Amino acid sequence: MRFTRSTAVAGAITLGLVLAACGDDGGGSSGEAVDYPVVDNPDFETGTTMADLAEQGNITIGVKFDQPGIGFKPPGEDSPVGFDIEMGKIIAGQLGLSPSDINWKETVSDNREPFLQNEVVDIVIASYSITEDRQQVVGQAGPYYVTGQQLLVREEDKDTITGPDDLQGVKVCSVTGSTSIQTVTEEYGANPVPFDTYSACVRQLQNGTVDAVTTDGAILLGYAAQSPDELEVVGDPFSEERYGIGYYKGDVAMCEFLTESINESFDNGSWKEAFEATLGESGIETPDPPETDPCPT
Amino acid sequence: MEEYLPELARRMVDGFAVTLQLLGWSALFASVVGAALAAMRVSPVPPLRAFGTSYVNIFRNTPLVVLFILAVEGLPTLGVIISFKWFAIITLSTYTAAFICEALRAGINTVDVGQAEASRSIGMTFRQTLGIVVLPQAARAVIPPLASVYIALTKNTAIAAAFGVTEATGKLSNLIRDFAPLLYASFFSIAAGYIAIVFVISGVAAVLERRLAVAR
Repeated sequence: MRFTRSTAVAGAITLGLVLAACGDDGGGSSGEAVDYPVVDNPDFETGTTMADLAEQGNITIGVKFDQPGIGFKPPGEDSPVGFDIEMGKIIAGQLGLSPSDINWKETVSDNREPFLQNEVVDIVIASYSITEDRQQVVGQAGPYYVTGQQLLVREEDKDTITGPDDLQGVKVCSVTGSTSIQTVTEEYGANPVPFDTYSACVRQLQNGTVDAVTTDGAILLGYAAQSPDELEVVGDPFSEERYGIGYYKGDVAMCEFLTESINESFDNGSWKEAFEATLGESGIETPDPPETDPCPT
Repeated sequence: MEEYLPELARRMVDGFAVTLQLLGWSALFASVVGAALAAMRVSPVPPLRAFGTSYVNIFRNTPLVVLFILAVEGLPTLGVIISFKWFAIITLSTYTAAFICEALRAGINTVDVGQAEASRSIGMTFRQTLGIVVLPQAARAVIPPLASVYIALTKNTAIAAAFGVTEATGKLSNLIRDFAPLLYASFFSIAAGYIAIVFVISGVAAVLERRLAVAR
């Protein structure tokens, strides 16, 4: 009984300490505000989604709130920041809407398709990889950015884990049921550790309970930028993820508008500015813009 | 389909093996700690009683997910680095012990106080009173609530899926990812696995209850 009591006391004290230690560990980079062109009185054919949005004067965009650099809502702030957010402002500008006319709606990976199918949001810009499966239920325009699965490791491990081939038997964290965790387990023999969010994975990495975190490089770069002395993205991408903008399936005019807006942002430099103000802060060079897909006819 | 069934069977075996490990170890530790706590709560020593009461109030009233977060995120910062399976077992045991304690205490309370007084009056110690007189009689009354606690524990192991352990529920997420059109088949197969475990627990409880029953 004495044993049990002392361990239980130790447990209770431990939990108390933990409670006290679980403070706020800092938000993300808020980036500098960039102004994008806002079109005056844009001219759309009546009856199109664009005309409706321009007329009602606001747009609801589904974005991530938990991915630094991509779509992240810092604690205590009203609106999210990140590359996806900047793309949202660029698209809204082409509709004649200023950033203050945008309603940001949080989406998680699992509810992006239902949010579009049920018209909860007008478009989705949420690290949304273009895949054939998804295009059976929603429309996806773009890509506006191409990234690939990479590895995030602790600074001191960057020489021992340099790429996916070093993962045999290594504990690798990613989100439960994600394709990233499947790839490292089945193709590279990693020991999978599933968690429900990327931020939980990154904390496990910092705690030393896992040795690598894997998902799209763009997401990992955001975390690396938050703790540049502690975390490092290593190796070349070993898959290709092409981020697109989700719209209602079958809305061809919307697709053409989105694709045109993306291409325009490549040409007039707003895409580059958006990148530099967000993902570029983690120290990576701005890549060449990708080539957009043609819209379905 | 011919690819799906063997894969489903293989993953269910893998997944439920982990679920059963979580369940077995947690049930064992929770029972030991819970019994000790129950003894404290009925003991004549005020500090022990206070400790037992505080433990139950703290851990029974904290959501299990919060305990998981505290253990999995907090203990490593204090230098405790163990496998995620053991983090899950520690958390589940800590939480379930509070419920076991209360189920046992309810059973002890069903034994008339005169029994304890009689055994004390013939010179039995606290340990003897509890072990020889009270607990054997209480055992009968605690079987149904204890079975409920173990059944709840079985289902609670599923929370570990979100904290680094690929048990049956984690395998379900993977099945949905790999065989999206067969969602219902995957779901009901995994559910059937949990139901099977629960049936075993309630079956054992029913047998014990019949064995221990006496005419009163």
